[in-house]
Amino acid sequence: MKILTLWSLFSTYLLASSLNIENHAAQFFSSGHTNNWAVLVCTSRFWFNYRHVANTLSVYRSVKRLGIPDSHIVLMLADDMACNHRNPKPATVFSHKNMELNVYGDDVEVDYRGYEVTVENFLRVLTGRLPPSTPRSKRLLSDDRSNILIYLTGHGGNGFLKFQDSEEISNVELADAFEQMWQKRRYNELLFIIDTCQGASMYERFYSPNLMALASSQVGEDSLSHQPDLAIGVHLMDRYTFYLLEFLEDIHPASKTNMNDLFKVCPKSQCVSTPGHRTDLFLRDPGSVLITDFFGSVRKVEITMETINLTDPIEQVEQSPVNGELQKERNSYVDQLPVSEIIHQKPKQRDWHPPDGFILGLWTLILLVFFKTLAFQETAVGSKPPYRVQ
Amino acid sequence: MGLLSDPNRRRALISLLTRLNAPICVVCYMAGVVWFMGLAFEPFTLRTYMSENAMGSTMVEERFPSGERALATGREFAAHKKKVGGMPVDWLVKTMQARGLEVFTQTFSRTLPFPDENKERYMVKGTNVYGILRAPRAPRTEALVLSAPCTQGDHNNQAVGLLLGLAQYFRNQIYWAKDIIFLINEHDLIGMQAWLEVNMGRGGSIQAALSLELSSDVITSMDLVLEGLNGQLPNLDLANLFYAFCQKIGVLCTIQGKLQRNDWDSVSGYSHSVQTMMLMVMKQASGRPWGDHGLFLRYHIEAATIKGINSFRQYKTDTNTIGRLLEGMYRKLNNLLERLHQSYFFYLMPSLSHFVSIGYYMPAFGLLAVILLLRALDLWVQLASPPPGTEDGVVDTEQMWSPDVLSVLTPLVISHLTGVALYYLPIHFQKMALEHFPVSDTEAVVLTAIAVYTAGLALPHNTHRFVSGEGTEHGWRVLKLVAVLYLAVLLGCTALINFSLGFILALTLVPVAAFVTPHVPKVPSAFVLVILSPACTLLFSVFFFQELQEVPISFQDGWVLYLSVISQGILDHSLYGSLVYPLIALLVYPCWLLFWNILFWE
Repeated sequence: MKILTLWSLFSTYLLASSLNIENHAAQFFSSGHTNNWAVLVCTSRFWFNYRHVANTLSVYRSVKRLGIPDSHIVLMLADDMACNHRNPKPATVFSHKNMELNVYGDDVEVDYRGYEVTVENFLRVLTGRLPPSTPRSKRLLSDDRSNILIYLTGHGGNGFLKFQDSEEISNVELADAFEQMWQKRRYNELLFIIDTCQGASMYERFYSPNLMALASSQVGEDSLSHQPDLAIGVHLMDRYTFYLLEFLEDIHPASKTNMNDLFKVCPKSQCVSTPGHRTDLFLRDPGSVLITDFFGSVRKVEITMETINLTDPIEQVEQSPVNGELQKERNSYVDQLPVSEIIHQKPKQRDWHPPDGFILGLWTLILLVFFKTLAFQETAVGSKPPYRVQ
Repeated sequence: MGLLSDPNRRRALISLLTRLNAPICVVCYMAGVVWFMGLAFEPFTLRTYMSENAMGSTMVEERFPSGERALATGREFAAHKKKVGGMPVDWLVKTMQARGLEVFTQTFSRTLPFPDENKERYMVKGTNVYGILRAPRAPRTEALVLSAPCTQGDHNNQAVGLLLGLAQYFRNQIYWAKDIIFLINEHDLIGMQAWLEVNMGRGGSIQAALSLELSSDVITSMDLVLEGLNGQLPNLDLANLFYAFCQKIGVLCTIQGKLQRNDWDSVSGYSHSVQTMMLMVMKQASGRPWGDHGLFLRYHIEAATIKGINSFRQYKTDTNTIGRLLEGMYRKLNNLLERLHQSYFFYLMPSLSHFVSIGYYMPAFGLLAVILLLRALDLWVQLASPPPGTEDGVVDTEQMWSPDVLSVLTPLVISHLTGVALYYLPIHFQKMALEHFPVSDTEAVVLTAIAVYTAGLALPHNTHRFVSGEGTEHGWRVLKLVAVLYLAVLLGCTALINFSLGFILALTLVPVAAFVTPHVPKVPSAFVLVILSPACTLLFSVFFFQELQEVPISFQDGWVLYLSVISQGILDHSLYGSLVYPLIALLVYPCWLLFWNILFWE
C-alpha cells in the first residue's frame, strides 16, 4: 500500500514537472518579441535638477545590466551634471547619498546631450523620421517584433512634460506619436514609465494597442524627491525611481518576476504620491508579462536536461500543385519595402505549363517515329535489308 | 447718457464734490495713516519664503574649520594697521597672495567739498586691496563679492581676519562656479565708491555682494542691514537667504537691531513691529547707504551688510559658526544661474520673517495723493463756475477763464530760484561765510543753508512788487491749482522710487496743500506751515529716530545732530550721488514756498 502511494506520488510529481516543463516551454515561445529597445529621456537642465539625470542614469544602468546593449539604447540627457562646475566630485553622478553608487560610470554612452534634447528630436526618434545623415546611435531602429521601454523624467504638469525650460510636450502629442509608431509597425509591445509631477496625465490619452504605462503620481499630486546629499548639496533621486531601482536590483536576466510586482513598487507610504498604471490597451495579461520582456534583452537560450514533448506538432502548410492558386492560411503584412522584388525583378507565377524540354522531347519523338515509319515503309517496299543473309 | 456727459448728473456730482470735499479729505488722510500703521500688524503681512528655485530647499553641510586661525589673522592685521597708521597694504597683498588669490590694489583720492566732522576727513587718500579667487573650472563670467571695511582704530579687525580665513578655505574647494572677489576697502563708502567706479565690467558681472562688519571675537547676534543709496533695497531673496541660514545654524538674527517677537497680538508686540518698520522707513527715507553694500545696488548687484553684535546675552557664537554661516550662504549663491530677480525689490520688513510688498503699502500713499487730486478738482470747479457778480451787476465772462499766466509764473520762478540758491549757495559761498563768521567749515555750510531757507520765508512780501496784475481771488486759485498738481506729481514720483521719503513728505505736505488759502488766519497758519515744512520735518524725524532706537537725546544734542544730518546729506550728494538733498532743495522746498506765497497772497 505504501509503495503504491509512493509510486503514485512519484508519478504525479513526474507528471507535474513534465507539465511544468511544458508550461515552461509554452511560456518560452509565448511573447512575440525578438529584440528589445530602450529610450531613456531626462528633460531638465540646471544643477538643481541633478536628480532627474540621476534617475535616468540609474534606469540606464539597470537596463544595461539586464542585457540591452548600448546600440539598442537611446539615452537623452538634457544637461551634463557630471561635469557641471558645481559638482564637488567631477565626472560622477550619484544616486545614493554618501556617494555609495556612481551611476555615471566610465562606459556611459549618451546619444542626445544638452540642447539636442528637444521635443522635436524626441518625436523624431520615436517615429523614425530622422534625416538621412543621422548616425545609427541616434536612431530607434525598432521593428514590429521589438519591445520598447520608454522612460521619461523631468518636471511635468497636468497633461504636459517640460523640456529644457523652454518647451513642452503634451499628452496628445505623445499619444499620436505612439499611434504613428503602431501604424508603422515600429513596436510589438511598449512599456511607458514616467516619473514627474502629475505623471498619470501623460498616459491618459493613449489609444494605440499594446501599450502599458506606469506613472509616479496621479493628476493633482506632486512626485517628491528622495534624499539630499549634504556634501553635494542637491537631492539625488526622486522617490519613485529610487524604489524602482531597488526593485530592479533584484531582477536578473533569468528572473520570472512579472508586471504585477512592478505595479506594487513604491506604495503611497514610501512615495507619498500614488503611483498609477494603465493596462487596458495591453493585449496580454500583465501577470504573464515578465519584467525582463522590457528591461532585459531577449535570451532564447536555456539549457535543460529534460526532454520536452512537443505535443502540438507544428503543421506544415503544403502547397497543392493541382490548381494554380496557392492556398494561403495565414494573413501576413504586406512587405513595406519589397526590396527583393525590385532588385531581382522576379516575374509573377503564371499557370503551370509542362516544362519546355518535355515538349521538345515529345516533338522529337513524334518526328523520329514518323521518319522511322517512313524508313520502315521504304524497306517494306523493296529496299535492301541492312545486312545480308549468307 | 453717460455719467459725465449728462449735465444734470454732472452738476449733482460736482455739487457733491464741493460740499463733501473737506470731509472726504480728512477721511482719506486718516485712512492713509491707519493703513500705514496697520502694515506692521502681523496678520496683514506675509511670511518670507525663498523664491529663487536655484537656491532651493537643500542645504549643504558646512565645514569651515578655522575660526581660531581667522581670529589670529585678525590680530595680526590689527598690529600691522597700528604700525602703518592706516591700511597695511603690503601685508595684505602678501597674505592674499599666500592664499592663492590674484591680488590687485587700487589707490584713490577724493576731496570733499567741505570737511566731514563726523568722520574727521577732508582730503581723502586711500588704497583698496582685493583678491580674486578664480573658479577652477568655470569661464570667468560671473562673480560674487565678500568685503570688509578697513576702519581706523580697533574696529573690524575680526571681519578682515574672517575674510582672509574664508579666502583660504574657499581656495581649497573645487565646486565654485563663479569667481569670488575678496575686497578690503579703505575709508568705507568713499573707497567702495572708487572701487565700483573702476571695476564695473571687469572680472565678469557680479551677481551678489556681502559686506561684513565684525568687531569682537564672539558675538551674540547678527544684524542684517538692507537699506542702500536713495532708499534702494536688495532683492528680498538675499534677506530670505540670511534668515534661512540663521535658522539652520541657530544664530540669533536681527534686523534694525531688534529681535523678533512672537506675541503679535499684544500691544507691546505690535508696537515692537511698528518700531522695527518705522526704523526701516526712516533709514530708507534718509537716502544714505547704511552699510558698505549700499553702493552696489545702483549697478543691479544685490548686496547686504551683515554686522556681528556683541551684547549682554548669555549665548555666544564663535567665529567658526559665523564662518560656516557665510560658507553656506556663498554655496547657495554659487548655485545661482542668473541674477536674483524672482523675489520683491520693493518691500518693508516689520520683522525678519515677515514682509510687506509694494502692492500692500502703496495704497497708504495713494490715499494721501487722492486728497491732492480732490483739492485740485475742487479748485477747477471753482475756477470754472462764474463769479458771484461784480459790483455793477455785469458779469465779466471773458476775464473769467483766462488764467493769468504772469501772476502764476512769477511766484513759480521766484520759488525755484530760491531753491537753486539753497542748492548752490551753501557750498560755493562757504569761504565767504568763513571770513565773516567765527564758525567751522561744516557749520558754515549748514548755517548758510538754513539762512537761505529762512530767507525764502520773507519772499511773499517782496514778490508782489514785481507782479503787475492785482492779486485776485482767481489768481491765487490758479496758483494753488498749479501748486497742488505739482506737489502730487512730485510726491508720486518720489514715492515710486523711495516710498518712505515720499510717504513722510506726503504726511506733512498734503495737509499744507489742502488747507492753505489766503483767508485762513495768518499767524497760526504761518506757524503750522513752518512746522510742516521740510526742514522742521527733518528736525522732528531726527528726534523720532533717536527715540525709535531707544537712545533719546536732549534738545542740544538733537540740534547738533540735526546740523550734522544736513551736512551729511550735502556730502552724500556730492560724493555718492544721493538724490535727497537736490530733491528737497530744488523741488520740494520751492513747492512749499508756493503754498507760503498763497498764504500771504493779497
